Amino acid sequence: MSDKTILLDHGSGGLASQELIGTLFLKHLDNPILHSLEDSAIIEKQSGRLAFTTDSYVVDPLFFPGGDIGKLAVHGTINDLAMRGAKPICLSLGLILEEGLLLDDLEKIIISIAEACNEADVPVVCGDTKVVPKGKGDKIFINTSGIGVVADEINISSKNAKAGDAVILSGTLGDHGITIMTRRAGISLDGDLKSDTMALHGLVAKLLAELPDDVRTMRDPTRGGVATSLNEIADASRLSIELKEEDLPIRPTVRAACEMLGLEPLYLANEGKMLLVVSGDKAEQALAVMQSTREGAEAKIIGRIVEGKAGRVVINTPVGGSRVVTQLHGEPLPRIC
Amino acid sequence: MKHYDEYRDAELIKPLVEELHRSVTKPLRVMEVCGSHTMAIFRNGLRSILPDGLELVSGPGCPVCVTSAPHMDAFIAMADRPGVRVAIFGDLFRVPGSNGSLANASSRGARVDIVYSPMDALEIAKNNPDELVVFLGVGFETTTPTIAATIMAAKVQNVQNFNVFSTQKTMPVPLNALLGDPELKIDGLLCPGHVSSIIGAKAYQPLAEKFGLACVVAGFETADLVKSLSMLARQVATGDIKVENVYSRVVNWEGNPRAQKMVYEIFEPCDTDWRGLGVIPGSGLKIRDQYQEFDAQVRLEIELPEVEEAKGCMCGQILKGINTPQDCPLYAKRCTPANPIGPCMVSSEGTCAAYFKYGQD
Repeated sequence: MSDKTILLDHGSGGLASQELIGTLFLKHLDNPILHSLEDSAIIEKQSGRLAFTTDSYVVDPLFFPGGDIGKLAVHGTINDLAMRGAKPICLSLGLILEEGLLLDDLEKIIISIAEACNEADVPVVCGDTKVVPKGKGDKIFINTSGIGVVADEINISSKNAKAGDAVILSGTLGDHGITIMTRRAGISLDGDLKSDTMALHGLVAKLLAELPDDVRTMRDPTRGGVATSLNEIADASRLSIELKEEDLPIRPTVRAACEMLGLEPLYLANEGKMLLVVSGDKAEQALAVMQSTREGAEAKIIGRIVEGKAGRVVINTPVGGSRVVTQLHGEPLPRIC
Repeated sequence: MKHYDEYRDAELIKPLVEELHRSVTKPLRVMEVCGSHTMAIFRNGLRSILPDGLELVSGPGCPVCVTSAPHMDAFIAMADRPGVRVAIFGDLFRVPGSNGSLANASSRGARVDIVYSPMDALEIAKNNPDELVVFLGVGFETTTPTIAATIMAAKVQNVQNFNVFSTQKTMPVPLNALLGDPELKIDGLLCPGHVSSIIGAKAYQPLAEKFGLACVVAGFETADLVKSLSMLARQVATGDIKVENVYSRVVNWEGNPRAQKMVYEIFEPCDTDWRGLGVIPGSGLKIRDQYQEFDAQVRLEIELPEVEEAKGCMCGQILKGINTPQDCPLYAKRCTPANPIGPCMVSSEGTCAAYFKYGQD
């Protein structure tokens, strides 16, 4: 392992920058559009409407079981596009590097970005790098923007949910959030604790191909977790959502870690999961479509949209009780005892 | 998942709920002492299925909530000092003092590390020899043994830049003070599970005898809670008042003598200020003189400031179980988890936070 690090020169725009672009970024991310190194990428004309999104990624630690900041940046932006029913076309990659970052770590992240892009078949077509002095950043910050295309007949929005619709979650809750928190806490648990980061546009494409008129809403419950996304859907649709606690899919290791740290899986970040609101009479069909894919193999119907107080999410507990599920307020913090 | 699922199983719990309904034959008021109990009761939706006549009130068992404003202000002032770095459990980060929180101090450049164990704070000290790392000891008997062990480790390893600012508190002493208040009419205590694992179920015997108070040590799972409430109701109904323990998988009668010895080695009782309850003699723990080199209050010569509680905030009354959050004029208006005025709203175990998070309709 080399101990070479990022220097302020790497952000100068001069020779060191050129070297970084040539030996690292182009080496791993190369494609005809990026290769031209022009001031902007030209995207060929597309049929349909354009979807455009951006997100920034800051995560500590940079590498964690199941992924790293690079994969997260690619998957997150692809998923933001997919949740509106868009087919992702291309990404931008903005890097803010802190002086002193190990070049080996940067290369690992770029390789990871390249792998995620190749697997998703969505290229990085433009980018930018800046270097900030040591102490003025946190090793690396990544911004990715993405462009996608939405077919004219597709209309996916948080406000489209209707009473009688079913709510489906594509897999287990909280895997990414608890992986990061236990890593920070230095807690190692046996079992399958790892980030769930993955791109969901393939799953979305399949759903839209089979149920084009029945998919109302899709959300990726990242920060704030499933609880917050459901509140946003209920709020936007001016309806209520009822969940059944027993139906929430949670891995035992995730539940154990949450118990230990005093956290609730409903509020933990997910990176490779989606919430789907689909017309009630097509719920089983949608579930079968999801379960037939790798991304949605563990999908479950977790609740339904009901008439009621606008923006209200209620969970029915196994003992026959019920409680309101509010949005996340502030970052989840581990409790004292 | 063993030890969780078996206490949450709906088929197991339904008959317990029916039993609870049968057990409550006359009105009774039960205080859940511990913030984690408050949260567990709300999270499981138990309040929505309690029998008529059973009233639950929350007690002073959230360590963050009972941390006084002068202590919070002293923490924040200390974090602002150059060369000082404070290490805290996460709950404390957003607790308001009279002028901002540790989160605000962090945003203006103070070094505030959220740790998961006092030992993590000791590691930070070892890795940053030029800074004085102060662990803020806020908690009850559950956390004190690990803090004591960390101070012992710092002594053995000769880590001279590690200190503790202890506002550690003990549980039975304030309960004794609280239960003497004629305004508070309590029939039973749901005794804190984790605290009791250290001090033992016997710690509540004097309270049961002095106040004729039904006491049941309870775990945090649904079955534990429902079963404990039934037992409290039955004690009250039959007049057979005593201390019972439903959490025997973790708590025994004597507690944990090894942990108690460790705490005694490092700490001694002192008078301490409880938010909303005032100074309760002998309810705090301070570091003994032999370990003074690890006492931040001594080393940094910290004087507690005079501070007025936030106007209108009823956390004090709520901690005493006299009022509920909805009685407070600030609740869910000026005081929300995003902008907490009082500590009961900020802590994940706080009564107001529990009502706000789970009890809204």
